[in-house]
Amino acid sequence: MKFSDEQIHRYSRQMILPGVGGKGQRKLLEAKVFIMGAGGLGSPAALYLAAAGVGTIGLADFDRVELHNLQRQILHKTCDVGLLKVESGTRTLESLNPGVGIQTYSERITAANIREIIKGYDLVLDGSDNFPTRFLLNDACYFEKKTLISGAILRFDGQLSTFKPHAGGPCYRCLFPELPPPGVVPSCQEAGVLGAVAGIIGILQANEALKEILGLGESMTGRFLMFNSLNLSFYEVKIQRNPNCLLCGDNPKIKDLIEYPQSCQGNAAGPSLPP
Amino acid sequence: MVEGSGKINKELNLKGKVCPYTFIESMLSLEEMKAGEVLRIIVDFLPAVSEVPKSLKNEGYEILEVSPVNGTDWAIIVRNKEID
Repeated sequence: MKFSDEQIHRYSRQMILPGVGGKGQRKLLEAKVFIMGAGGLGSPAALYLAAAGVGTIGLADFDRVELHNLQRQILHKTCDVGLLKVESGTRTLESLNPGVGIQTYSERITAANIREIIKGYDLVLDGSDNFPTRFLLNDACYFEKKTLISGAILRFDGQLSTFKPHAGGPCYRCLFPELPPPGVVPSCQEAGVLGAVAGIIGILQANEALKEILGLGESMTGRFLMFNSLNLSFYEVKIQRNPNCLLCGDNPKIKDLIEYPQSCQGNAAGPSLPP
Repeated sequence: MVEGSGKINKELNLKGKVCPYTFIESMLSLEEMKAGEVLRIIVDFLPAVSEVPKSLKNEGYEILEVSPVNGTDWAIIVRNKEID
């Protein structure tokens, strides 16, 4: 594939980076990234991936844009209130970079459809706002051997890791075996989140996705990053595959996807992290 | 100026192009060439005469020669990487 003059101009500032060049840009243009959620995390992640020229971006969200989303979900604008988030998101991403193909999924993501959807992608970004989806996505990525770039936010805090159990690393369940029990995690209405925190973690997810695609730097697999915005601190711990993991352990108990019930805009077993 | 670098496999005319596109287009040409082949790049943007060889060298390419062609144009002769 020959680069057009437009592509060379558009991507010039990353093509000149050591280790990127034309080969790296080609990898980006051929890459397919699935983003779960066009919300607080998915918005900044999708914007940077589209800007970088990631060729295919899958955007899944069944919600419509509401006014209270706009404080952090920067794919959407005031005039988009009422639209499906995937419609609004597609419009924003296409106006940023018409060269990127956006696939949208406005149906609810369930155990019945998730594996088939992520099959066609190289990488999965979790920008979901609830634990049932988070566990569903982790399990689906494990079964489909897809790298999962996980981000989460709450109040002034964020978390980030990359799960590649197919490459020997831990999965999300190695750290969090089961959904939190009811009442342990504050509800989305109670907790709140600083918009910029969503931006920071979402952009870190995009950063890790670009690194995975380009094969550059140190992967976040086996590493769990915690961020606090109030004292502006990053803290990292090493994490390992748990041989007793219910999913990826030596004697796994989970052999198929589990559909956890959703309620309270997210989580029957424990309310959700804000999107 | 002597061009004693042996065989040139490809010529790339970048007259009228400025940095960083001079470097990017040189790199794209080299990426399409076979290992060890030699590219002759013509530039007329003066900063490119020093910047393009410097950037290509950083990327692991071997600069064989940088020399003026005439009053405005310069030739940069570079050998592709042996292995990628």
